[in-house]
Amino acid sequence: MKYVLMFTHDPAQLAGVSEEDTQAVYGKIYAWFQENASVITDSGAELQPVETATTVKHGGVVVDGPFNEAKEVVGGFSVIDVPDMDAAITLAKTWPHLELPGVAVEIRPMVEDYSQFE
Amino acid sequence: MTTSDALLTATIREESGRLVTALYRRFGDFDVAEEAVQGAVVEAVTAWRRDGTPRRPAAWLATAAQRNALDLLRSRGRRARVAERLSGEQFDEVPPADEVAAPDPDDRLPLLFACCHPALAPEARLALTLRAVIGLTTPQIARAFLVNEQTLAQRIVRAKRKIVAAGIDLKVPEALDERLPDVLAVVYLAYNEAFVASTGSTHDRDLGSDAAWLAEVVADSLPDHAEAWGLAALLRIQHGRARARFTPTGELVLLRDQDRTLWDASAIKRAGEHLERAASLRSPGPYQLQAAIAMCHAEAPSWEETDWLQIVTLYGVLIREDPSPVVRLNGAIALAQLGPRQAARALADVDALGSSLAGYHLWHATRAELLRLTGRPDEAEAADRRALELTGNDAERRLIQTRLRRHPLTDGS
Repeated sequence: MKYVLMFTHDPAQLAGVSEEDTQAVYGKIYAWFQENASVITDSGAELQPVETATTVKHGGVVVDGPFNEAKEVVGGFSVIDVPDMDAAITLAKTWPHLELPGVAVEIRPMVEDYSQFE
Repeated sequence: MTTSDALLTATIREESGRLVTALYRRFGDFDVAEEAVQGAVVEAVTAWRRDGTPRRPAAWLATAAQRNALDLLRSRGRRARVAERLSGEQFDEVPPADEVAAPDPDDRLPLLFACCHPALAPEARLALTLRAVIGLTTPQIARAFLVNEQTLAQRIVRAKRKIVAAGIDLKVPEALDERLPDVLAVVYLAYNEAFVASTGSTHDRDLGSDAAWLAEVVADSLPDHAEAWGLAALLRIQHGRARARFTPTGELVLLRDQDRTLWDASAIKRAGEHLERAASLRSPGPYQLQAAIAMCHAEAPSWEETDWLQIVTLYGVLIREDPSPVVRLNGAIALAQLGPRQAARALADVDALGSSLAGYHLWHATRAELLRLTGRPDEAEAADRRALELTGNDAERRLIQTRLRRHPLTDGS
């Protein structure tokens, strides 16, 4: 099954982390992608900081900022292909960024069977 | 309950989970499998009462469930071809329990772990477990737990949808130690919720008995897990004392006032065996401790002749693992039985719980008793009055029953 892992964080909480620790985690993240290459079908993207977000809302209104008001923001995403939810959880738990406060990974199954829309 | 009803209940409990698993393995659709078995259970209740008990009840249920599954697959269209291909096969291919040896580990276990998956909302886990694993119907569950049937049905639908959409597989997880507590918690909750409802809201199922049975299924399937045996022991003891816990009119009888001749000696003996099994694994935990405390009570000839020292010691260990207010209140009650000096200390412990339990009648009743023991009769009377205010009428008694759901097993044991 395919799942999207959405890597989220709270920028305010991450602001308190030292540059050294941040760099150390980034090194681990690089290694994580290498190690899990076989189940990552699309490495996805790392996003620019949330300050760069622009949102188009219902009615065509363009606003400055992310789609919701939550403190947590999406920092990036990847697509994985693993047998089931337990495997997805197991993999998500190894996401190195989780060492830092305010970080979370949301797991969302992807729609793969479009026959229901036919 | 008639003989036919008893057999019906036993068959449903024994077969439902196995059939859901078998149909899921066969058709690969959890929702269809669960819906098909639920349908068969509802049909069985009507048909068996009308036509009498079939010769092979398990096979009857399997046949009905499989026919329902094929119908559902056909009506859902998408899997039409699969259904066509399979409809030519024998209906009774799903082997009923009375014809096959129980596989090891128990084939209900993968289903149970899926229903108690941490990706599901906690309140949905219990409902789904009761429906899918032991074959309770949605109206039965709603009646037993005093919840709105539609809300409950919605909750179950959402949970099933998530199992399918999110790819939650029916399997015993690799991270068993991490996931087992979630399963045990659901079974424990099933008992405690049933405990409140045991004044007789579902005339055709005894939920307390179902929960104790399920705890034993889990322990039998995972015999190396001490807490699974601990829970099986705890629920077996509690269920063994259930008859003495309520008056015929449904009022709660405190442990000290219970008629101990109503306790089920064979259930308590069986619980003792579970507890020994747990102890032999040398991995203590909260369920085992609660079971050990319950066992001290179960073996005592009376409230006065109870081994309070042993109970106080066990509470000391339990409070370290689970320092919740109700556990501490019960620990204090036990402590006070040891003598006047200990009663004074127990009173201090109880007073410290006021901020969380001040709205709970047993907190006031306990305080009253301890105040009396420590020579403060005026304050004792005030506390008693407060307790009485909280229990004064039927509406408030119902309120207490609701509270009991949140603070389970607080009959002083």
